[in-house]
Amino acid sequence: MIGLSHYLILSGLLFAIGLVGILRRKNLLMLFFATEVMLNAANVAFAATSHYYGDLTGQMFAFFIIAIAASEVAIGLGLLIVLYKKTGTLDLDNLATMKG
Amino acid sequence: MYEQIAFYLFSVLTIGLFLVTVLSKNLLYAMTSLAAGMVLVSGFFFLLGADFLGVVQLIVYVGAVMALYAFAMMFFDATKDTKENNTNGSWIFLLGGLTALLLVMMFAAPIFSESVVASYPSVEGATNPQNVGMVLFTKYLIPFEVAAVMLLVAMIAGIILAGKKMDHSLTTNEDNIEVKTLSKEEEL
Repeated sequence: MIGLSHYLILSGLLFAIGLVGILRRKNLLMLFFATEVMLNAANVAFAATSHYYGDLTGQMFAFFIIAIAASEVAIGLGLLIVLYKKTGTLDLDNLATMKG
Repeated sequence: MYEQIAFYLFSVLTIGLFLVTVLSKNLLYAMTSLAAGMVLVSGFFFLLGADFLGVVQLIVYVGAVMALYAFAMMFFDATKDTKENNTNGSWIFLLGGLTALLLVMMFAAPIFSESVVASYPSVEGATNPQNVGMVLFTKYLIPFEVAAVMLLVAMIAGIILAGKKMDHSLTTNEDNIEVKTLSKEEEL
């Protein structure tokens, strides 16, 4: 029987994958993808908790996370396009222009 | 039995696809595997009885967010591999693994607690979308409206940020996209 801990361990694994992506990638679009992976991992944990305790609060939080992710993507991609127009690259190291 | 088979199949596939997303050098492969992984994550939601959440995941994530990424990739050069200089990668994997361990411990801690009770228990005899509607439009009405305003702000900001200088080509770096405007004299 699949219990709550199965889902939570899976969600922890997915979150760790996203975290490795965040720490490892230098391309900004790839960083966004890793963020989406982390948000999905949190959603799985919320839905599993909501199901196993018979409480709908977890699903509500998952809905709001999805809404926040959608707006994050809209604004983030707009900023990425502006950055690409300005510098011609999406490399994160090129953003360190204020380094002395 | 079927639940177990589905859970393990979905988890192996999701972890593999998200690993491809995180580790792939090609932007197109990363985006495609991310979309496929999100479809499988919605499968988890259907397994957990959260039907409405699964449908929302399919529509919003796989439909809208992925389409947005696909459109954004038309601005950037997606065919060439991304070159990244990765320093001390083993440290990063160690940190990620340690964080995973910490997270599993944190997540597993409330399971052994007996004091967790449902504050908004689901109504008997109602389906999951009906339950979601009842809770969302009573207890969570103000966050719902605030989320709507936030989405509007995000939409306006996205239009303003991305809409400037749309006649300038990003791939060839020249203003070759001319706006065809006919003056009154030419029309006559």
